[in-house]
Amino acid sequence: MTVAFAFEVGLAALLVAIAAWAIAVRNAFTAVVVFVVYGLLLAIVWVTLSAIDLALTEAAIGSGLTGALLLGAAARLRPTETPSTAECPSAILRLAAALLSATVAAALAAGVLFLPDPTPTLAPAAAANAAATGLGNPITNVLMAFRAMDTMLEKVVLLLALVGAWSIASDRLSGERSDPRRQADPDGVLAFFARLLPPVGIVVGIYILWVGADHPGGAFQAGTILAAMWLLVLMAGLTVAPPMSCRWLRLILVAGPVVFLVVGLGGLWMGAAFLAYPPAFAKPLILAIEVAMTLTIAVTLGLLAGAPEREW
Amino acid sequence: MPYLVPDLHAVTTTNGFLLALSLVVPVVGVLLAFFAGGRHVERIAFATMPLGFAIAAAILVALWRTHGSLVYLLGGWAPPLGVALRADGLSAVMMMTTAMVICAVGVFAYADFRTLGGEARAPLAFWILLLAIWGALNTVFLGGDLFTLYVALELLTFAAVPLVCLDGRAETLQAALRYLLFALFGSALFLVGVTLLYGAYGTLDIVLLSHRINAEPATLIAAALMTAGLLAKTALFPLHLWLPPAHAGAPAAASAVLSALVVKGSFFLVVRLWFDVMPGLPGFAATQLLAALGAAAIVFGSVVALRQERLKLLIAYSTLAQIGYLFLMFPLAFGSGSAQLENSGALTAGILQAVSHATAKAAMFMAAGLIYTALGHDRITGLAGVGRVLPMSVIAFALSGLALIGLPPSGVYLAKGLLLQAAIESEQWWWEVVIQAGAFFTSGYVLLVLAHALAPADAPITLRVPISRIREAAALTLALCSLLLGLVPWGTYLSVPAGTLSNPLALEAMLSALWPIMGGGVLAILLGRWGHRLARVPLREVVIAAIGPARRAALTFGKMFERADGALRQWPAAGLSLMVVAIMFGAAMLMGR
Amino acid sequence: MSATTVFGLCAAAVMGLGLYGLITNPGPLRKILAFNLLGSGVFLLFGVVARRGAAAGFGGDPVPQALVITGIVVAFSATALAIALLLRLFRVNGSATLRANAPGSAGTEPTGG
Repeated sequence: MTVAFAFEVGLAALLVAIAAWAIAVRNAFTAVVVFVVYGLLLAIVWVTLSAIDLALTEAAIGSGLTGALLLGAAARLRPTETPSTAECPSAILRLAAALLSATVAAALAAGVLFLPDPTPTLAPAAAANAAATGLGNPITNVLMAFRAMDTMLEKVVLLLALVGAWSIASDRLSGERSDPRRQADPDGVLAFFARLLPPVGIVVGIYILWVGADHPGGAFQAGTILAAMWLLVLMAGLTVAPPMSCRWLRLILVAGPVVFLVVGLGGLWMGAAFLAYPPAFAKPLILAIEVAMTLTIAVTLGLLAGAPEREW
Repeated sequence: MPYLVPDLHAVTTTNGFLLALSLVVPVVGVLLAFFAGGRHVERIAFATMPLGFAIAAAILVALWRTHGSLVYLLGGWAPPLGVALRADGLSAVMMMTTAMVICAVGVFAYADFRTLGGEARAPLAFWILLLAIWGALNTVFLGGDLFTLYVALELLTFAAVPLVCLDGRAETLQAALRYLLFALFGSALFLVGVTLLYGAYGTLDIVLLSHRINAEPATLIAAALMTAGLLAKTALFPLHLWLPPAHAGAPAAASAVLSALVVKGSFFLVVRLWFDVMPGLPGFAATQLLAALGAAAIVFGSVVALRQERLKLLIAYSTLAQIGYLFLMFPLAFGSGSAQLENSGALTAGILQAVSHATAKAAMFMAAGLIYTALGHDRITGLAGVGRVLPMSVIAFALSGLALIGLPPSGVYLAKGLLLQAAIESEQWWWEVVIQAGAFFTSGYVLLVLAHALAPADAPITLRVPISRIREAAALTLALCSLLLGLVPWGTYLSVPAGTLSNPLALEAMLSALWPIMGGGVLAILLGRWGHRLARVPLREVVIAAIGPARRAALTFGKMFERADGALRQWPAAGLSLMVVAIMFGAAMLMGR
Repeated sequence: MSATTVFGLCAAAVMGLGLYGLITNPGPLRKILAFNLLGSGVFLLFGVVARRGAAAGFGGDPVPQALVITGIVVAFSATALAIALLLRLFRVNGSATLRANAPGSAGTEPTGG
């Protein structure tokens, strides 16, 4: 039992303990904070599992943006705390739920223990075909070339979530303009950071996009960082998010999938296949798509995560 | 290592590009509509519909000429590394049904969701979500990779949920939230299964998996979890907590799409999973369990439907019952104890029922929507006289109801014949009973509504809003389609065993449908709400004395079902049911190994 | 027992906890949280499978890792949509609960169109 293994066992145990805490705690706000901690710990686990791209994505979207979203909601829903505790299911139901969840978890654990050895893997196939795009990061290869359809569908999913969330908001403005939460003190710490961090964040985001071709990184992580910077500026009250009727906003929101489709249909037109890249231009085309995707992802995630706080 | 050899049979067939186009066209529609906004949204939607319809028709033609499936390799990458689109007879039939229903719903919804000056949220959202549902469904029917299918399912859910709460009332918001959370519960379970399958076999392509798969415990656990998750999204009893309020609370056009098409997406994936990914693996016990849940859904949904006061809720509960029908084919397709697909006629029957239900239920919801718009309410006991003012709508309702009961030459009639034949061949007589009895339950609530609608009115009815004939025509067209489905030459796309049925227009076929209608009438009398109709019955005292005790007994029964429904539809109970269903499937599959 | 197995078992435990929370935690916000926990457990399992498939000079099988990235984004979109619904429900209704209004019926008057 080496030190590294002991560390991993400790990490896994800590993860389970924190997850249990998030489920068991009574206060919703505390639960969300614990969940953010869980997410950051999970990012460390991803690094241990040699998945740096995943660590970046988990820290940024999984615990960062999701945490921000849930925290905002928990703060808004504080008045419902007391009545909701009356909704607690009875002890019998809880016992039954515990037993059943434990059974399913045990079945899954058995599934894990019975995973075949040697594991069937697609890594050699991915390595062998990497020359088709000339990119060094195999995950970017999978996302943009081999399984581009999934990425395309996912962009549409993002857009639909935004359309759905927007359609739920009311047509009439409810007049909640003077929400004190939204007007941060112009000399306060939040406004200070909102002026200091965004330029740095934008540079970091563009760097991660650029370097994602050959090293861990890529459009999703870059887009999230840009979204976070935008959210910071919005929360400090330094700017106002444009309404959905703004044409430019809509153009940016559809830019990612549109560029993806144009390139994909171009492949179909040239006689190859839908979503195929000509070998000579694969890398520049993929980068162009990624730039458009980053912009779209940044704006979409920013609107989705910041939505509960404002009228649109 | 053998796993690295790509599937040499995965080659793009000619006309395979049609498959890619059928996905691209709705997505382009969504993007254009979102960007253009305003009044362009309807124009873009109405431009996309004929295009999508033409592509679905072209795929049918191409399939007929190819005598095999159409395959398309996305990006030119072959599985297991890449993703393939595959169209076989089932896909093509479902895609055509989707195209038809969406076009009809589009025509119907134009009056409700028209942008009058400037831009309004509800119309913009409705048309975008409609096109997105279309694109997602096409991906579900064509996708050849389990993860692509997962993303397509999520797309379908995200497009369907906001449709439920388009009117912004608290009840519909609650229904939408319940729908979303339960659907997410289901997709999480589905994804766990996908993970286990990849861990065991190194690929998610359906064809490759079917070659490599064998009955290991991990595989069966994955199958059980995936099935349970998909059943939650299909709202099979007892996992139906979200369906009645969601389908009843949505606007009529949205209810039509939700009931007719959205639940068929996850049903189609259950079919793909059990017939293509792991044919025969689940075993005898699991197939019996699946059909048992279906039978329970038929009885439960029909009885509670009979007890409803509102028309839309009745139709929503009838969807619950009809979903149960879809699952009766599983034990009959696999036969008793065999691991191979024995009776492909049963599979055809299942798809036929799905198609019939899609067209008939869409027509029913459209008719109900028109009645509500005209009268201002949809209380069943207050429907008297509607037959006179809205004859086309009532006829549409009646025709779709008769189609669902199984009046020849409807698709349900053909499906029932195929199922009965399969039940006889595999000597599973208990399913014969269920199949025959099912029609009784369906006709119960159909006759209840028709009896109220065709009764003379107490006072002359004035329509609150004039109803456009085009909207009624859309509903009537779909209803006629569902009634005439038995005449379509299915043999080209689905396998129909030779010498299956006598002429569906023959006299004895018509007579055989009379029994369910009479039985349904009895059920309607015993369980239905009659309101003040009872005061009009001739020889009132005699009749009431005769059927009084029977009705009282039936009502106690019915109220028991209603209370059970109320209990099952609380969230903790439904969550527990989902776990129990998953564990039971796991146990059944492991036992049948 | 290797490191990946340890994390695989951890993933199963987290999934069990998420399932329990999704069924029993009161209020939609806690259920959304539990769903995120459940999702992260599934992704962790996928990551374990990826790590076990390390070959050809990569630290892990890139295909499952890419699928997890897609999954994380989809899970975030789901959370965002659910939160939007929840907050709107709270604003319209004054309370945030999934409980049906009346037992035995599916709620109050549905609209027709």
